[in-house]
Amino acid sequence: MPASTKAPIATATSKAVKTGSWRVIRPVFDLDKCSGCLTCWKFCPDVAVEIVDGRPKVNYDYCKGCGICANECPKKCVKMIRQELE
Amino acid sequence: MRKLMTGDHAAAYAAKLARVQVVPVYPITPQTAIVEKLSTFAANGDMQAKMIDVESEHTAMAACISASTAGARTFTATSSQGLSLMHELLFWASGSRLPIVMAEVSRALAPPWSIWADHLDVISERDTGWIQIFCESNQEVLDTILMLYRLCEMEDVMLPAMAIMDAFVLSHTMEPVQIPGQHRVDEFLPPYSPEFVLKAGTPAVFGSVAKPDTYAEFRRGIDVGMRTAAKRLVEVEEECQRKLGRSYGGLIEEYRCDGADVVLIANGSVVSTARYVVNQMRQEGKKVGLVKLRAFRPFPASELVKVIGSKSTVGVLDRSYSFGNGGALFTEVRGAAYGRAGAPRIKDYVAGIGGRDITPEVLRAVFDDLLNGPRGQSDIAWVGLKDEPLIKGIGGERDG
Amino acid sequence: MNATARTTIPENEGVCAGNLGCPGCGANLVMRYLLKALGDNVILSVPACCWAVIPGYYPNCSLKTATIFSAFEATGASISGLRAALDAKGKKDVTVVGFAGDGGTADIGLQALSGAAERGTDAIYVMYDNEAYMNTGVQRSSSTPEGAWTTTTPGGKKQNWKREEKKNMMEIMIAHHIPYAASVSVGFPEDFIRTIQAAKKEKGLRFIHAFSPCPPGWRHDPSKTIEIAKLAVDTHVFPLFEVRHGKYILTKKGAGVPVEEYLRRQGRFSHLTADEVKATQKKVEVNWELLIRTASVMTDEFY
Repeated sequence: MPASTKAPIATATSKAVKTGSWRVIRPVFDLDKCSGCLTCWKFCPDVAVEIVDGRPKVNYDYCKGCGICANECPKKCVKMIRQELE
Repeated sequence: MRKLMTGDHAAAYAAKLARVQVVPVYPITPQTAIVEKLSTFAANGDMQAKMIDVESEHTAMAACISASTAGARTFTATSSQGLSLMHELLFWASGSRLPIVMAEVSRALAPPWSIWADHLDVISERDTGWIQIFCESNQEVLDTILMLYRLCEMEDVMLPAMAIMDAFVLSHTMEPVQIPGQHRVDEFLPPYSPEFVLKAGTPAVFGSVAKPDTYAEFRRGIDVGMRTAAKRLVEVEEECQRKLGRSYGGLIEEYRCDGADVVLIANGSVVSTARYVVNQMRQEGKKVGLVKLRAFRPFPASELVKVIGSKSTVGVLDRSYSFGNGGALFTEVRGAAYGRAGAPRIKDYVAGIGGRDITPEVLRAVFDDLLNGPRGQSDIAWVGLKDEPLIKGIGGERDG
Repeated sequence: MNATARTTIPENEGVCAGNLGCPGCGANLVMRYLLKALGDNVILSVPACCWAVIPGYYPNCSLKTATIFSAFEATGASISGLRAALDAKGKKDVTVVGFAGDGGTADIGLQALSGAAERGTDAIYVMYDNEAYMNTGVQRSSSTPEGAWTTTTPGGKKQNWKREEKKNMMEIMIAHHIPYAASVSVGFPEDFIRTIQAAKKEKGLRFIHAFSPCPPGWRHDPSKTIEIAKLAVDTHVFPLFEVRHGKYILTKKGAGVPVEEYLRRQGRFSHLTADEVKATQKKVEVNWELLIRTASVMTDEFY
C-alpha cells in the first residue's frame, strides 16, 4: 500500500528498528548440544531466533537479550554472556 | 414525491437515498425518530444498510470510524449529551480523514436537563475538524445530507460532517419535503470508493503513533481539507441544483442586504423567522438585511466580510454562549472583520437559549436596537431573560 | 525450516522483529501465537495499550496484519463497526479480532465489549492480561491480583497493596451467553494455538483471556516469562479452561504446585507475609475447586 499523505497509516516494516542495540547480555548457542527441538524459536518474543537447517540462528540485529531461550532450552545449550560494549 | 414530514424523517430518507452501508444507532431526544425510521427502512428491506443497535453514542461514533476505515459509507445521528459523549472521537474521525456524515439535532446541554433548541452542543465541537452546516428547513436537512456525502468523499476533502437541525423546531415539525428519486440521487452521489481502505491481507496500521517529527503535518492536512471543503461546497451546490433542482447559496446566503443600513447574521431555523421580520420592516421603510450563515465550519470569513464590510452596524444572533466571552458566532465574525478598513460595529445578541422562543417581536427589537445606534457601552447582549430589559447588555464593554 | 518435524506450531509469522516490546514481553508472544493460529485473512483492532506502541512509530509497523488503532474504551465498538462494514461488502470470511489489554477490557472497555457480546458480534476478542495498566507505567486495574504492588497500590505506611480480588472476566463474558470463551497462557503455545483455531470455527463473539507476564510490571527477570506463565497454570492461579455454549471443559489439570512458587518469582508480591501467602493459597484452592465442580456439572449431559 502506498503511503497516505493525509491519515497516519503506517506501512513501512520495522526492519529498520535495530533493537539489538538494547542488549546488555547476549545469548550464545552451543549447537553441539542442540537437539533441534525448536523451543528457543517457539518462545522468542521478538522472532529473533531463526531456524536454519533445523538449528537456531540468532539475529543479533534484533535480539534484546531477554534470556528466555537460555531459560527454556531443555538441553541447556544457551549461555547468556555479558556483552562487551560494541 | 412530495411528503409532509419532520426534520428527523427527512434525515432518515436522506440516509436511505445515500445508500449508506453501516448505521450505528443510539436514541436520544429529539433524534429518536431518525433511528426509528431507519430501523423500519432496514426491517422492511427498503434500505440495505447494516444497523448496529449500539449501547452508547461513544460506541456509535467508534463503530462509524472503524466501518468507514474498512470502506463502508456510514451514517449516524445524535444530539446534545450524545454529541458531547462522542467528543474525543470526533477528533478521531477527522484525524483519520473519514467522510462520516451525521445528523445532529442541536439541543441544550444539561444541567438543567433540557431537550429544546440551543447551539452550545454544536459550537462546542467547532475545533474537531468536522464540517458543520446549519439547516433552515426540513428540505434543507434532506438535501444537505446528500450534499455532504458528495462533498466529504472528495479526495481533497475527506473530512466528516454534521448536518444540523434545531431540536423540535425542525426535528419534530412537519414541512413539505420533496424526496428525490433514487436514480437521480445515484446520478448525483456515486458509490464510496476511498483511496485507502483497511483490508485483510494488506499489512498496514491505521492510526499509528506519531512522534513530534511527523504529527504536525497531519493536522495541517485537516486544515487544508477544511479550506478546500469551502470551495468544493459551492461546486457541490451547483451540481445539486443541476441534478436535484435545489441549492442553498453555498456557505452563506444574503437576504435583502443590498442597500441595508444594518444586517443581522443568524443560523438555523430562526433564519426563516428573520426573513419574515426583514420583509415586514422593509415594507415599513426600515433598511434591514439578513445573512444566513449556513456553514459554520468551514467558517466563511471572506464571504461574510464581503457582505458586512460596507455596513455600519452588524448584529450576530447567537443561540449559544462561550461563558465570559460572548457567543461563538459573534467572536468569529468579529475576528473575521478585525483590522479591515471600515469594519462595522458588531453587536452580539444571545437569544433562544434552552429553547426559549425567538419570536418575530424579539427579532424586531433586535433590528431596532441595531438601527437605533450604540446600545450603551457593551457589545454583547442577552435577549429575553426574566426580570431584565428585553435586550440587556452584559460584557463586551467598549472604551469611550 | 521443516517445522512439522518437531512442533505443531505453524511456521507463518504475523509479527516482525524490530518492535518496541520490552525484553521478555509476554504480550509479544500473545500476538505472535494469535496470528500464527489465524493466518492473514484478519483485521485487528487495537486500542490504547502496550500493543499500540509495540509496532513502532509512524511510519514503521512490526505487524504484518491489517490493523486499526482505536480510542482506549472502544475496542468492542470498533470490532462491531468492522464486522458490519465487512458484511455489508460481502466479506464474511474475514476474521475480525479485537485485541486489548486488561485495563482496556475489564475497566474502560467493559461497556463496549459487553455491547458487542450482547449483540452477538461475529468476532474474536482477545484480552491480553498483564494485570495492570502497563503501557502507562504499572497502575492497578480491576485485573490486578489481590495483594499486588503497582504504582497506584504502592504499599507505603498504610499497606496499600491491591485490596480487591481480580475481576473474573471469563465469568462476566460467559454470562453474556457467548458461544465460546477460553483462557490461554503463553507458557503453553501449542494449546494457545489449538484454542484460537477452535475459537475461529465458532460464530458470534468469542472471548480469549490470555495470560501475559510482564517483566517490568511484575518485577521478574525477563528470562522467566515462560516459566511464570507455566507456573500460573500449574499452581491453579490461572486455570486453563474453555466454555463452549455454556459447557465447561478443563484444558489442563495442572500439577498443583504450591502458589508460593509462582509468587516468589515476582517482585510485585515480595512484601507478602507467610500468612498472606497461605491465605492466597487457600483462595486459589477454593476457586480451583469451584471450577472443577462447575466443569463436572456443566457438561453435555447437563444441557
